[in-house]
Amino acid sequence: MAAGPRLVLAPVLYHWPAGRLRDFYFRIADEAPVDIVHLGEIVCAKRLPRIAQVWDEVTPRLEAAGKAVVRSTLALASEPRDLELVRAVATAGEGIVEANDLSALSLLAGRPHVVGPYVNVYNEMTLAALAEDGAVRVCLPVELPLSAVRTLAACGSAAIEVQIFGRMPLALSARCYHARSRGRSRDSCHYACGEDADGMAVATLDGQPFLAVNGLQTLSFAYLEASHHLATLSEAGVSFFRLQPQTVDMVAVARVYRQLLDHALEPGAARARLAQICHGIAFADGYLDGGPGMMDGSRNPRTGRG
Amino acid sequence: MSTRLEIVCPAGTPAALEAAVAAGADAVYFGFRDETNARNFPGLNFSPEEAGDAVRRCHDAGVKALIAVNTYVRAGNPEPWQRAVARAVEIGADAVILADLGLAIWAHRQFPQQRLHLSVQASAANPLAIEYFAARTGVRRVVLPRVLTIERIRELTAAVTVETEVFVFGGLCVMAEGRCILSSYVTGRSPNMNGVCSPAEQVRYERDGEVLTTRLATITVNRVSRDEPAGYPTLCKGRYVACGRPSYLFEEPASLSALTMLRELRQAGVTAIKIEGRQRGRAYVARVVGAIRRAVDALARGEELPEEELAALMEGGRSTAGAYDRRWR
Repeated sequence: MAAGPRLVLAPVLYHWPAGRLRDFYFRIADEAPVDIVHLGEIVCAKRLPRIAQVWDEVTPRLEAAGKAVVRSTLALASEPRDLELVRAVATAGEGIVEANDLSALSLLAGRPHVVGPYVNVYNEMTLAALAEDGAVRVCLPVELPLSAVRTLAACGSAAIEVQIFGRMPLALSARCYHARSRGRSRDSCHYACGEDADGMAVATLDGQPFLAVNGLQTLSFAYLEASHHLATLSEAGVSFFRLQPQTVDMVAVARVYRQLLDHALEPGAARARLAQICHGIAFADGYLDGGPGMMDGSRNPRTGRG
Repeated sequence: MSTRLEIVCPAGTPAALEAAVAAGADAVYFGFRDETNARNFPGLNFSPEEAGDAVRRCHDAGVKALIAVNTYVRAGNPEPWQRAVARAVEIGADAVILADLGLAIWAHRQFPQQRLHLSVQASAANPLAIEYFAARTGVRRVVLPRVLTIERIRELTAAVTVETEVFVFGGLCVMAEGRCILSSYVTGRSPNMNGVCSPAEQVRYERDGEVLTTRLATITVNRVSRDEPAGYPTLCKGRYVACGRPSYLFEEPASLSALTMLRELRQAGVTAIKIEGRQRGRAYVARVVGAIRRAVDALARGEELPEEELAALMEGGRSTAGAYDRRWR
């Protein structure tokens, strides 16, 4: 793996059919300049039987392409089948695993592992405790402002990762909103979530795009786009940058950020290219500025940045 | 199961605390007047001195005093949270309710004798997660997130070494507690970081003839006609458009009532039942605590629950048993 800043591809959050997932990861393996690829079902254990075989099919190709593969665990485990899935992922083999809740952390303690953005790491006391248990890399919650990221990156106890692209995970629930939107319950969902490859768009009554529903998960409608913060994050000691897969051309997205990290592109030009790739979808980066997450400080640079 | 359910009651003010004690609370929980607790609302909560008086008042009445320090510690500034825990210990809190892993480990090291409870904001929803916390922080009780059915609560309570406490009445978080940042996405302030959700200073009510629009910061949360209840514009209780259709996508403006499930909860082995509502006044607290006291006592005597009295608590508002009922999900 190359030294310097690394690009991390987060797990696909949506319920894509197995064939689409496979093709996606094959193309990532062949073409995307990312260093690490996270694989796994994060949102709903009910989806697993329909896609479980994909991870083993794509791993050899990703690894042959020089990418490190990390298996990620479920973000909310409340049913026995959820815990079975967490246990299966956390205890399979010697590979690095990303923990997305405390049950996974309990299984991974004592061996090197990654902590995902669904674990509440807000401060250096918690970061130190996780590092003591074996966390080598921690992806911070998207809610944290730059000031907190800087403080945590300065601790040095674990490598710090920050999401820089894609919808922001905002909430998890026991209730499936995809099923509810179709008048069904979670137990009889008929995989409604599979009908929205980029999440189900949710607008306000005034027609303002607002959220995207992904089964039990609620995401931002806007894509996080942090080109303008990359230099500051790097200076602060952040060394891993997370891209959240969306239905847009993720190879092209990864190339833009790679060029940005290699100083081959200016933030403004990167933003313009990403706007084309993402067909004009709204971008936001407000959390990093310490304000509402839905704000886009890079478009309205009134907030000032370092 | 012959033990009585312990009733854990909210107190946002000394007057509400007095009302809860008088109405038959077994325990009262409250927080300090700052961002170290998850009900950091203007005009609520206790100064360090008032908290000391409150603990004394509880103990004089044979009631336990639980102090919530249940927001997440700000990076680079742990002192307010550590000071809050130290003060709670100093004034003799029967338990300190914590959510932050790092703070709980610190508290356990600093005050190994102090009883700690795990806040619902820690989102410990399964036995492995609970034991993870228990092993590192010595917590003796976990407040369960509102994501579990009664069946799961029963299995979980049997599987863990700590006591369980469940919410039975009051506001309903539709999302898993401690795992929701909808509020800060819109307002910049969240339960985890600031102890507030959909903060009042960013709420606007706009009337246009017969139509009332409720907004939170830049987001329209709902629009109702005169004969519909408007409700407080908490983001997860708003009306939004998905698939071309406006609906209460996440949840209607309903509150939680699992009071008709008290028998099942006791049989499931839970130790304590919790009432949400530190933002509520003393009259509300007195009425709700009194009714639940009578219900728990009736249950302990093997009598029927006073269902009519419990139903009357909803003030005509909508209620739901939330995730305790499998069909809710």
